[in-house]
Amino acid sequence: MAVVTGTGSDTRNPIARLWGNKKARSVIVQIVTMAVVFGVLALLYRNVVVNLAAIGKEFSFDFLNAPSAYDITFSPFIEYNSRSTHLRAAAVGILNTLLVASCGIVLATVMGFIMGVLRLSKNWLVNRTVYCFLEFTRNVPVLLHILFIHGLVVTQLPVPKQAMNFADSFFLTNRGFFFPAPVPEAGFWIVATVFAISVVFVIAFGRWAKKVQDETGRTYPVFWISTGAIVAATAVAFLAAGMPLSWEAPALKGFNFKGGVAIKPEFIALWLALSYYTSCFIAEIVRAGILAVSYGQTEAAYAVGLRPNRTLQLIIIPQALRVIVPPLASQYLNLTKNSSLAIAIGYMDVVATIGGISLMQTGKEMETMMIVMLTYLVFSLIIAGFMNWYNKKMALVER
Amino acid sequence: MSDVASPGSKPGFSSDVMIQMTGVHKWFGEFHVLKDINLTVHKGERIVICGPSGSGKSTLIRCINRLEEHQKGRIVVDGTELTSDLKHIDTIRREVGIVFQQFNLFPHLTALENLSLALIWVRKMPKAKAEEIAMNYLDRVHIPEQAQKYPGQLSGGQQQRVAIARSLCMNPKIMMFDEPTSALDPEMIKEVLDVMVELAESGMTMIVVTHEMGFATAVANRVIFMDFGEIIEQNDPHNFFENPKSDRTKLFLSQILHH
Repeated sequence: MAVVTGTGSDTRNPIARLWGNKKARSVIVQIVTMAVVFGVLALLYRNVVVNLAAIGKEFSFDFLNAPSAYDITFSPFIEYNSRSTHLRAAAVGILNTLLVASCGIVLATVMGFIMGVLRLSKNWLVNRTVYCFLEFTRNVPVLLHILFIHGLVVTQLPVPKQAMNFADSFFLTNRGFFFPAPVPEAGFWIVATVFAISVVFVIAFGRWAKKVQDETGRTYPVFWISTGAIVAATAVAFLAAGMPLSWEAPALKGFNFKGGVAIKPEFIALWLALSYYTSCFIAEIVRAGILAVSYGQTEAAYAVGLRPNRTLQLIIIPQALRVIVPPLASQYLNLTKNSSLAIAIGYMDVVATIGGISLMQTGKEMETMMIVMLTYLVFSLIIAGFMNWYNKKMALVER
Repeated sequence: MSDVASPGSKPGFSSDVMIQMTGVHKWFGEFHVLKDINLTVHKGERIVICGPSGSGKSTLIRCINRLEEHQKGRIVVDGTELTSDLKHIDTIRREVGIVFQQFNLFPHLTALENLSLALIWVRKMPKAKAEEIAMNYLDRVHIPEQAQKYPGQLSGGQQQRVAIARSLCMNPKIMMFDEPTSALDPEMIKEVLDVMVELAESGMTMIVVTHEMGFATAVANRVIFMDFGEIIEQNDPHNFFENPKSDRTKLFLSQILHH
């Protein structure tokens, strides 16, 4: 075997010699990769142009300003009717996706953390019950859960005329959940102002309590004092201003309820199914996170005199979070993307509106799909960005 | 070495009893890990416990601050009996410090925060005062310059010294060490043992589970040999190493003193 030294003695041809050089090789690989990527992109672009031309279509977003000519049954945030534009329809869909995804993330997180802790319970019955629920739920596709809950709501709940009635204000029916809408009256701004002031006060109090602890070592029950202050101040202001709030109760008109706030069965079904399905994965992540903190940490905390609740707060949770957060982020992304299954039960999310009916009516496949993809991409990047920032903040310093 | 650390064969310490264990038994499931342990530790006494692995040494000292629960017998620490009463457990944990084989420092906190945490949350001290005390103890284990570093940035020996300082700053009356040098590289063992010798010279009551027989000879008043969950033999270091009485002690000593 020839001994290769720095210069002169290499008998291989120049290309082989270049390939054998570590630096040169990585440059070559990068150039080739870039060439392939741009080649594929160019091919796709050419395909689009040629094929759209062949069927006489042009690539344009002008259709967004045309009237949509279809109804959307669930638009809680913005005014919408069939004379609104496709752009508005897209906005309704995007907001509905955002609504179900954010509500789902909140509920899934709460349920997931509770089940994850219960799964570690020493109580055999609690532990096993949660275990069975988790294993059953997360091994059945989420689409079936959505259809199941939707079916349950639509077929098992009574029709509006026989609605389940709670105190003549809350009505549970197969057309949705209805409850009174708050209507602020003159003077309500006083209550709102007092509430805002008390929140500012509580934040200041929290800072002050921290400072007092740093300086004198005294600790206050900050959580209870804060909650009490906000509730008490707001209640007093509410009574003093003469209770400036009335409720618009839903009432049965014809075949359905009118007035109040209505939560559609499609939203309930999608929200619940996505939440409990995702919460099962979160529960396992939380359990793994807590178990990943070695028992020695608990022992060391006990040995210096910390009580179990303080040990959890100061020692276990800060360490468990760094294990929990990265996989938690991907569960949030999953939930958001799974919300596109809304179309199965007719919840009008971004796929059902712009990516569904608008697409059918205008034939703008490229444009509508690009809007849908962009929507999910932006949501996902926002979630991922936030979780990365949080994870960096929690990371351990080593070396 | 000062006169305090060179023990005579007869105990010269006062007769204050710090720990009294009478007829203590413990089982892990079917496994009888501690069998009828009777042990009295006086104030200022320095005891080394040795024995083969699995003989119950660690379990014995972990029972003293309730990291393990004994199932039979009595343990009284400085006049407080160890029961399931949480107040008693708190009182005892305040008086007994423990250093673990694996250090068990809190990795998300700096060395200084590791020390000041319990001062702030258990002793309810102002942060500035807690940090001042913490710095004093880091000084005492000779690593004040590492105060702002995280455990992951320290060597094993430095971590164990931070762990010792963390226990000391709670001002315990008794210090227990559970194989404090077993997880360390050989060149770091000395720095930890030096700190422990200094501690012994200051008059601290110490119970040390270790196989460092040099440390036992230099510092201990009494060496206890355990095997199969029983205290087989106890004596002052000189007699323990020179004239072991039981065959099991002789066998054990011949094994560990060979190298």
